[in-house]
Amino acid sequence: MALRDNNMGRFLLALLLSATALDAAAQLQIEITGAGVQRTPIAIVSFPGEQNVGTSLTAIVRADLERSGLFRGLEIPPLAPHPNENSPINYGEWRSRLADALVVGSVAQNPDGRFEVRFRVYDVVKQAPMGAIAYLFTKDNARAAAHRIADFVYEKITGEKGVFSTQIAYVVKRAEAYELQIADADGERAQYLLRSNEPIISPVWSPEGRRIAYVSFESKKPVVYVHHLSENKRQVVASFRGSNSAPAWSPDGKTIAVVLSVEGGSQIYLISADGSGPRRRISNSASIDTEPRYSTDGKWIYFTSDRGGSPQIYRMASTGGEPQRVTFRGSYNVSPRPSPDGRLLAYVTRDGGRFQVALLDLSNQQVQVITDSDRDESPSFAPNGRMILFATVKGGRGVLSAVSSDGRIRQHLPYSGGDVREPSWGPFIE
Amino acid sequence: MRLIVVLSALALLAGCQTTPEDQQPSAAGVEERKPGAKPGVQAKPVERPQVGSVDATKPGAAGKSPAGALKDPSSPLSRRQIFFDYDKFEVKDEYRPVIEAHAKYLRDNANAKMLVQGNADERGSREYNVALGQRRSDNVKKMLVLLGAREAQVEAVSLGEEKPMCADHNEQCWAKNRRGDMLYGGEY
Repeated sequence: MALRDNNMGRFLLALLLSATALDAAAQLQIEITGAGVQRTPIAIVSFPGEQNVGTSLTAIVRADLERSGLFRGLEIPPLAPHPNENSPINYGEWRSRLADALVVGSVAQNPDGRFEVRFRVYDVVKQAPMGAIAYLFTKDNARAAAHRIADFVYEKITGEKGVFSTQIAYVVKRAEAYELQIADADGERAQYLLRSNEPIISPVWSPEGRRIAYVSFESKKPVVYVHHLSENKRQVVASFRGSNSAPAWSPDGKTIAVVLSVEGGSQIYLISADGSGPRRRISNSASIDTEPRYSTDGKWIYFTSDRGGSPQIYRMASTGGEPQRVTFRGSYNVSPRPSPDGRLLAYVTRDGGRFQVALLDLSNQQVQVITDSDRDESPSFAPNGRMILFATVKGGRGVLSAVSSDGRIRQHLPYSGGDVREPSWGPFIE
Repeated sequence: MRLIVVLSALALLAGCQTTPEDQQPSAAGVEERKPGAKPGVQAKPVERPQVGSVDATKPGAAGKSPAGALKDPSSPLSRRQIFFDYDKFEVKDEYRPVIEAHAKYLRDNANAKMLVQGNADERGSREYNVALGQRRSDNVKKMLVLLGAREAQVEAVSLGEEKPMCADHNEQCWAKNRRGDMLYGGEY
């Protein structure tokens, strides 16, 4: 049964983030759908000294937290004296401003030119400090520092890790030019890794976040590459006769599952992530076996196969073995993505002519369709499992969207520079 | 393949942590900032390593293009496209004479090489569509080999839904995109 609990009593709350935090080209629009989304009111007081950085840290922190759908930033009038991390806290005053949480801090410049931000988080309701930390950063890394602050605040208040410091990868198509880009999770600071006149698909981050595997058609057929982010280098890891596609990393980052047609058909093989050593075939069917994905514990490989007559999701031991069917409802279920905690499986299901993201609870087989668009592709879990990024089509253009794993919070990442597709959410960066 | 490798000065958001995450913050965690005073919490540097970018848009040198019968519009060899029905992968009977002509050409020209690119319409998963296109190109290759081409002469690959002939979103267009293209060495 497809549960659509957000169909009832749906309301839309379109919230355009403050223009100071985001430039117009990549402005994020947040939609919150579904009743009962509790947003924690939080007061983030501007940090004295942040005006010298040239980037408003607190505006970015507020935008990050609001984008999660779990926080609402409060407007704060001019305060005298303006508090910092060392000021005594008048909890009653912040309660009267309806704040449940409070962030105060300051920024100073060190003799070496770097900035140092120091801040504290308070639980206003319990009248207790929740934590404090300091970060050092250069002017160029101010956004990164702000995302770190947002992650810290998010974790202190929600108890789970934030993903504001993570990055996403995706492909942009403009006319006949393709770019594989990476950007911060808020869509800012985009840069390209590969620019090509031929298609690029299926980028996927390595578990440690330093490499991205992808499929490029620049040699007139699909070939799998691994791009090393911090080195000036990429390498071919699968260029066998025929097609080479659908790369997936093992959790230890040493092995890549790929789909090869070297023996005819499309079958799943394991290769070494550095392209060395022999290939090992792990699927054995006369059918299509493709889109492999490892479970986080490395025990399973989920994949798409039409061995039963229609494309469905199966799984097998990651060393190979007899596959078990995983999806049963509907005639088209593809692109399996196990959640980081292993409890859920996101995939794309076709219902009528609509392609939507569905979530299967692996413990009780409940299925929930969590998007309401109709050309959804390539779901990708945030590393904390809370959001799922996916590609869809809006106004005839490819765009990225994100939906919370309970289906209640939806975000769109409008992008004016072309068609955007094939998103992949990167891991936590330690 | 010509690659212009560009070391981009653009940076990647990634922190290099030099201190353990979150020493349990307490009220004493952040001390007053005084010149020379050692802070209670050591500030963690937030740094961004450089990222290398690759520009592959410079075209590779095209090989020598074959001429003669392959380009002669009156020859069946000038026909290079095989179209497929929805959710179908078998080569339809109407294309048999074309495949036969190419199989004969390959048999008679032992040095000739062919790339068969299979394609799918845009509906559904990109990777699944790569597999569907592969099934089409595999079938074209199978028929070529059955009719006299050598296995090693023909490489069957898939472009999935990535290279549509027609960009509209309707059946008329999708029918043009469910196809196999036969290219000889020098043509790709």
